[in-house]
Amino acid sequence: MKANLSREDLAEAMRRVFSIRHFEDVAVDLHKNGEVRGALHTSHGQEAEIVGACMALRIDDYMVGNHRSHGHPIGKGAKLRGLMAELLGRSTGVCSGKGGSMHLADFSVGSLGETSIVGSGIPVAAGAALGAKMQGNDRVSLCFFGDGASQEGTFHEGINFAAIWTLPAIFLCENNGYAVTTPISKSANVANIADRAVGYGIPGVVVDGQDLIAVHDAMATAVQRARAGEGPTLIEAKTYRYYDHAANMGRDLNYRTDEEIEMWRQRDPAKLFAQQLVAEYKFTQGEVDGIEEAVVADVEDAVKFAKDSPFPDDASAWTDVYAPVAA
Amino acid sequence: MAKKTYLEAIHAAQFEEMQRDKTVFIMGEDVEANMFGTTTGMKEAFGADRVRDTPIAEAGMAGVAAGAAMVGMRPIVDFTISPFLYPAYDQIISIIAKSRYLYGGQARVPLVLRANMIYGNGNAAQHSDRSYPAFMNQPGLKIMVPSSAYEMKGLMKTAIRDDDPVMSFEDAMLWSSSSDIPDEEYLIPFGKANIARPGKDCTVVAIGAMMLHATAAADELAGDGISCEVIDPRTVAPLDTATILESVARTGRLVIVDVANGRCSAASEISAVVSDEGFWDLRAPIIRVTTENTHIPFNAAETALYPSKDKVVAAVRRTLS
Repeated sequence: MKANLSREDLAEAMRRVFSIRHFEDVAVDLHKNGEVRGALHTSHGQEAEIVGACMALRIDDYMVGNHRSHGHPIGKGAKLRGLMAELLGRSTGVCSGKGGSMHLADFSVGSLGETSIVGSGIPVAAGAALGAKMQGNDRVSLCFFGDGASQEGTFHEGINFAAIWTLPAIFLCENNGYAVTTPISKSANVANIADRAVGYGIPGVVVDGQDLIAVHDAMATAVQRARAGEGPTLIEAKTYRYYDHAANMGRDLNYRTDEEIEMWRQRDPAKLFAQQLVAEYKFTQGEVDGIEEAVVADVEDAVKFAKDSPFPDDASAWTDVYAPVAA
Repeated sequence: MAKKTYLEAIHAAQFEEMQRDKTVFIMGEDVEANMFGTTTGMKEAFGADRVRDTPIAEAGMAGVAAGAAMVGMRPIVDFTISPFLYPAYDQIISIIAKSRYLYGGQARVPLVLRANMIYGNGNAAQHSDRSYPAFMNQPGLKIMVPSSAYEMKGLMKTAIRDDDPVMSFEDAMLWSSSSDIPDEEYLIPFGKANIARPGKDCTVVAIGAMMLHATAAADELAGDGISCEVIDPRTVAPLDTATILESVARTGRLVIVDVANGRCSAASEISAVVSDEGFWDLRAPIIRVTTENTHIPFNAAETALYPSKDKVVAAVRRTLS
């Protein structure tokens, strides 16, 4: 299905792509300064597949992410303030400072949470789709996972559940080529993860993950199919992460070449989409620059908001373990 | 009032809650035809949408249930025997137990994971586990181990209505045991132990079917003038330590009967709590009567490994000697 994105949609897509890029840049700096605790996995290079996919969803559709997931809630439409505050472990964070970088969630935009156990979100996304189907609404559920996750048993079990029960789910494999440092060629004996769809009797689609419109087109078809009650689709977006697995992990391990990184950077998804807006959709360069400038200000605002926010008190470690007891 | 077996009580509780709340549904292996009888006829009564046979895919079952729960459903997942929880362990711990916490209270995961404990009849090491203590080690889960048909019905209804994930460990030793079940609805709250038999000389805490051994032992000891207070915790998470401590403050002695392997068992936890908080009330060392720390053999040597009435009697006598 050809994308039917309005001019406003395209501008919004550009805004979200820039938001992820600048959010990640700032996150890396804050992590370097020691202001972000724990591991930090960035999605530089993967912005187009994230935003292209999410722009095909409604805000009340569901989405499940993974450990490399700052971009997913941004793509789904979450406000930056709560996400940045979460990264900095503040009580104003989307998860009240309990989840952090690997476990962002913003239920107000359908972001049901990112899970840091590789592959563990796949059955959960199928379950959200089951809930939608049983409730008789037309929501769909999107799961983002990596090439690494596609070797997990949960990949098989989750997708199989969605297939046998004809659930409104879309499984989007963000194939960035590496599980930490292990290339996909060592982990899978198929050329494409999407080839496995045949084993579940569902469509499998390979798409250029650096091309936002192409990803959106593939997603739009899958979403239409899901809403029509025809079941799930497996989409594989071929993409790349510029940085190593996590900040300060993997440098100098020689698992990939500078030439390879440079080759992918030549097809930078943010630049490609910006060029496409100008060349094909009658945006001026000034408009694109204006979108980026506004994003830079948004990210600065989010950082200021986060830094001005209080840290949770020690007692908060004990809340949300169980449901609040009715008085 | 009508007599119902433990299995019938499970069926009745689920049936009533399915009638009461249309977000409740059942999924699991063989729940449509159903071998043990706890979901028999449910599909006919509630339709194929709400009674779903699943593939043999335990991690998938747990994760799918979690996702459905997060968007407003109340799944009951029948894992059949408890060792089949192990392939789902990551989903149970990382997703089901932790999502409410990780996401700062945004997620709610109301579901019931049902697992029966079949042991003592030659099913060997992989099929005979009593593994609730492994799950007690994780915050976020509630764990019930009902000791009779009456207890089962009231606890299961509470579990299905609970807004947190609940694991139901169903002791197959009790399957054919029966209780008088009131005609009117009743619920048994979690975290409230039942003093099944008041006494003054020794507190005996017993979990699940171990209540049978504890009660039989108390009967035998009563013949010698020894009065046991028998307590059923009902749920091991939350654990009603207050009732146990209060009892020990009166009796000064504690025997804990737990069919799990002794190391890091529920009995170990109860013993530790009483040591920490009730030490000065104790007049004798605490004794744990648990399954020995070895695997369960296929052959009949397994019988000697489990707690028994005689072991409980001996333990109580030791605390009084």
